[in-house]
Amino acid sequence: MNCGAARPRSQTETVMDLVFEYQSQLIAGTLVTIQLALASLAVSLILGLLGAWAKLSPNRPAQKLAGAYTSIVRGIPDLVLILLVFYGGQVTVNAIGVSTGLWGYVDVNQFVSGFLTIGIIFGAYFTETFRGAIMAIPRGQIEAGISCGMPKSLIFRRIIWPQMVRYALPGFTNNWLVQLKTTALVSVIGLQDLVYNAFTAGRSTGQLFTFMAAAFVIYLVLTALSDIGLRALERRYSRGVVRAV
Amino acid sequence: MQAVLDLIPLDIGLILANFDRFMWGVWMTLNLTFLALLCGGLLAIPMAIARASRHPVLNPMVWGYTYVFRGTPLLVQTFLIYFGLGQFEAVRESWLWDPILSSAWWCAFIAFTLNTAAYSTELLRGAIIDTPKGEVEAAVATGHSYAARMRRIILPSAFRRAIPAYSNEVIFMLHGSVVASTITLQDILGVGRWLNGRYYLAYEGFITAALLYFLIVLAITRLFRWLERNYLGHLAPRDSEAPASPQ
Repeated sequence: MNCGAARPRSQTETVMDLVFEYQSQLIAGTLVTIQLALASLAVSLILGLLGAWAKLSPNRPAQKLAGAYTSIVRGIPDLVLILLVFYGGQVTVNAIGVSTGLWGYVDVNQFVSGFLTIGIIFGAYFTETFRGAIMAIPRGQIEAGISCGMPKSLIFRRIIWPQMVRYALPGFTNNWLVQLKTTALVSVIGLQDLVYNAFTAGRSTGQLFTFMAAAFVIYLVLTALSDIGLRALERRYSRGVVRAV
Repeated sequence: MQAVLDLIPLDIGLILANFDRFMWGVWMTLNLTFLALLCGGLLAIPMAIARASRHPVLNPMVWGYTYVFRGTPLLVQTFLIYFGLGQFEAVRESWLWDPILSSAWWCAFIAFTLNTAAYSTELLRGAIIDTPKGEVEAAVATGHSYAARMRRIILPSAFRRAIPAYSNEVIFMLHGSVVASTITLQDILGVGRWLNGRYYLAYEGFITAALLYFLIVLAITRLFRWLERNYLGHLAPRDSEAPASPQ
């Protein structure tokens, strides 16, 4: 249906009007996405540190356990685990409730199961990042700390941590960007994040391209801002390091 | 045997009864992933050359493309193409609509290809830039033109150096291909979701899918270990075994 030359201009106006009309929905979705990403980041940082510690410890069972954790998680796609934890977790939690009689029917929350699953997945990637960073610290420095009589906690705080941050930051930036984008998958289990809200707005207005493009741009802004911020941090932690190349 | 099977709280019989569907899912996942990797990889070669050059127009243009596609989720890219393009009447009436843009398979294939092309471009660019200066100087000294040294010297060694990073990209693409199941395609996860929906189950379909993906990742890892041994042996450390590459 072509109604003359005036049509395209008025159409672009209505398209932008539509996006502004639904802006509160888009903003709410963006906030859910950011919260989900940050909550899962907290989980994966803790698991990553524990995993790196286990992999580097002389304790054989701990090494084996951490090795199994990273290879299993990295062998299975994120969405499969998200669906398994959400639907399987629902059934498991209720089965435990029935058999122990401690609680009645429980609805598993999409946000909680989503951030836990993504946190567990990226904990495996952070394990490798932290392990590599700790291994990059020259062994002699730790031995020097021991010979000065430093306790383990002081060695970690004064020698390992400041350098580990520098070695781990490039890997951290990479993991975080992937993690932020992975949160989009949680819309599949019905969490009202950016993708979900943009999709429903697009469906109800018949303008799916417009709203998916809006979500596309918002994700791009989030990753670009993270990228710029983390690079500045990398420079800060690399002060005093002379680059060979 | 039956006693062992009874210990597993899953309906193994149901999974086995639908095993042929899962095998079709494996076929769908593999052919979608590897065709996208092939086409994306071919697109990545000229783009990586442009990104490694100092060309004032091509380099920033390709950089813009890879930045946008690496900065947004594959799910959103796929939705934009599959659900989004139908918004425009011009698209719906064009010759591309009927065989291609209205089909979920083609939309997933296009989105995956553009996505993997962006990542492959950047990692191949890294490998090209790491070419030892002496090799290029030797090529110049023996009278190689730009095209000839690209074809004979730089690209063959860059491809070899890109193998370890590329193995990660292949696994990421396989993981990313589950997005196909959200636009109605019956890939491995699509079959798992279908099974769970049909029989109202919570575990069987997803666990079978997880196992199948795990086996495929294991096979890909083996394949790349073999490739690295054969084509990258000259760069391996002398004494210790090859370290497992963190991503």
